[in-house]
Amino acid sequence: MSKLQEKLATGQFVVTGEIGPPKGINIEPVMHEAEEYLKDSVTAVNVTDIQTAVMRAGSMVGCKLLIDRGIEPVFQMVCRDRNRLALQSDLLSAALLGIENVLALTGDHVVMGDHQDAMAVYDLDSVGLLKAMSTLEAGSDLGVDMKGNPNELDGAPTFFKGCCVTPCAPNVNAQIAKLEKKVAAGAQFVQTQAVYEPAEFEEFMNKISHIDVPILVGIVMLKTAGMAKYMNRGVPGVSVPDAIIQRMSDAAKEDRQKVSIEICGELVASMKDCCQGAHLMTLGWDHCVPDIIAAAGLA
Amino acid sequence: MNPTERKPNDEIVESMKGVEKAFILGCQGCPIGCETGGQPWLDEMTQLLEGAGKQVTGSALIDMICNKAIVGIKLGRIVDQIAEAQAILVGSCGVGVQAVGNMVGRRPIPAMNTISMSDHQGLWPSEERCAQCGQCVLAQTGGLCPVTLCAKSLINGICGGTGDDGSCEVSSDRRCGWLMIYERLEALGRLDDYNTFNEPRDYRKRAITDANRHTMRWALEVAKQEEQDEAEQPTAN
Ligand code: SF4
Ligand code: SF4
Repeated sequence: MSKLQEKLATGQFVVTGEIGPPKGINIEPVMHEAEEYLKDSVTAVNVTDIQTAVMRAGSMVGCKLLIDRGIEPVFQMVCRDRNRLALQSDLLSAALLGIENVLALTGDHVVMGDHQDAMAVYDLDSVGLLKAMSTLEAGSDLGVDMKGNPNELDGAPTFFKGCCVTPCAPNVNAQIAKLEKKVAAGAQFVQTQAVYEPAEFEEFMNKISHIDVPILVGIVMLKTAGMAKYMNRGVPGVSVPDAIIQRMSDAAKEDRQKVSIEICGELVASMKDCCQGAHLMTLGWDHCVPDIIAAAGLA
Repeated sequence: MNPTERKPNDEIVESMKGVEKAFILGCQGCPIGCETGGQPWLDEMTQLLEGAGKQVTGSALIDMICNKAIVGIKLGRIVDQIAEAQAILVGSCGVGVQAVGNMVGRRPIPAMNTISMSDHQGLWPSEERCAQCGQCVLAQTGGLCPVTLCAKSLINGICGGTGDDGSCEVSSDRRCGWLMIYERLEALGRLDDYNTFNEPRDYRKRAITDANRHTMRWALEVAKQEEQDEAEQPTAN
């Protein structure tokens, strides 16, 4: 059982972090930061999978390099780039490398990235991928043998299966309906899209009180007021309140990071009683993670 | 021409679970050409639904269900029979089923799978599109096609990319198909349908087999012509 699963099962408030592999093979700086700042402060670290459809090194190798450094990874898997053979094969490969936590995502469309002319696959969707994981765990796969019977695996993997949801989306009911489907397909934990509105998040948590899986609230570090405004315009289901934008723009350039840490700390502190953990997405500012945890009063 | 094959009767009855009163609507265009529809189909479906304990409030055959103007005129005359029904069993290609869903405030249920002609769309007078996936899921989506309306052709619900204005992740001038489906199901009081798990698609259905080719009207015509020619020509021995 992964540490992440174990901690959530005992009801401890869990913090996870996130890294993105580089575009190129110079992964050492990312790994160094993870070892220095994440290893002792978070339970597990997500490794993004060709995030926003921008080509880069893969999630699985990032996870393996984390394991080598004694850090537990969360293997993010999107459905955009691989068909069901490759997805299932990668799941087996991941299990062979000792990866247990897997986060199933639909994945941004290729037109969001830097290879817009590529084919988008979506052979499985996130629900189908979760089902595929559950099927592998049961010792079988999505295919059939020559007689039409389920295939039998020579050794079945075990995963801790996660998924994502957008709590502050205007279409939140459609999101919740999909979340129910993901949980029915086997999802055991949820890491959410970025939240900046604790009241709205609490409302969301009340709405999903019938869904019995741990929820880790997503926190994305703001780097500038401009970034917040951009997110309001361009990132679906994310809205940064004016008061927060004001604090960022009032801060002197050299204080911005400090203010951003405070904001994240306050957000976690104000939501920690209504959910089971926080997922910190620092976008490269990994060294801020220990301070955010302290600012949230969790240290 | 959008060739179709009949869905198994069991699947049709399963899709109509909970429906007590149904209307049956058949297309007399392509389904005649590929011999899946028409009067014999209508009679069989009436028997099937009545056998499953349902009341058939009425039935009709329309020349081209994909043409919403014709659907509107024809169904306008029998509005009562349709209003009384909770669902409409539609024997046509996916375009026709969607056209009915867009014209009538009742849940359309596909009785057929639209099979591949390798992207040839045939006749489409309006915004409905069918990608001929061969496993029609319109019964679970309020009659809106997720394969063609969703940019990712997702079959199990909305992704996280829907814009705050309800647009699709890929383009601001395209509405999120799954949001449309959610709203349609809400309006029909059928939100439970959203929870149906749709199995991953069977891509073998994208391959056009010779059997599929021969469902085309021209193929039938060629066959008939050959039959005729043979009958006219005295055999060699
Ligand atoms: S689900 Fe869509 S693409 Fe598939 S047969 Fe139905 S209308 Fe056509
Ligand atoms: S935004 Fe809607 S239509 Fe676009 S890819 Fe996502 S679910 Fe499909």
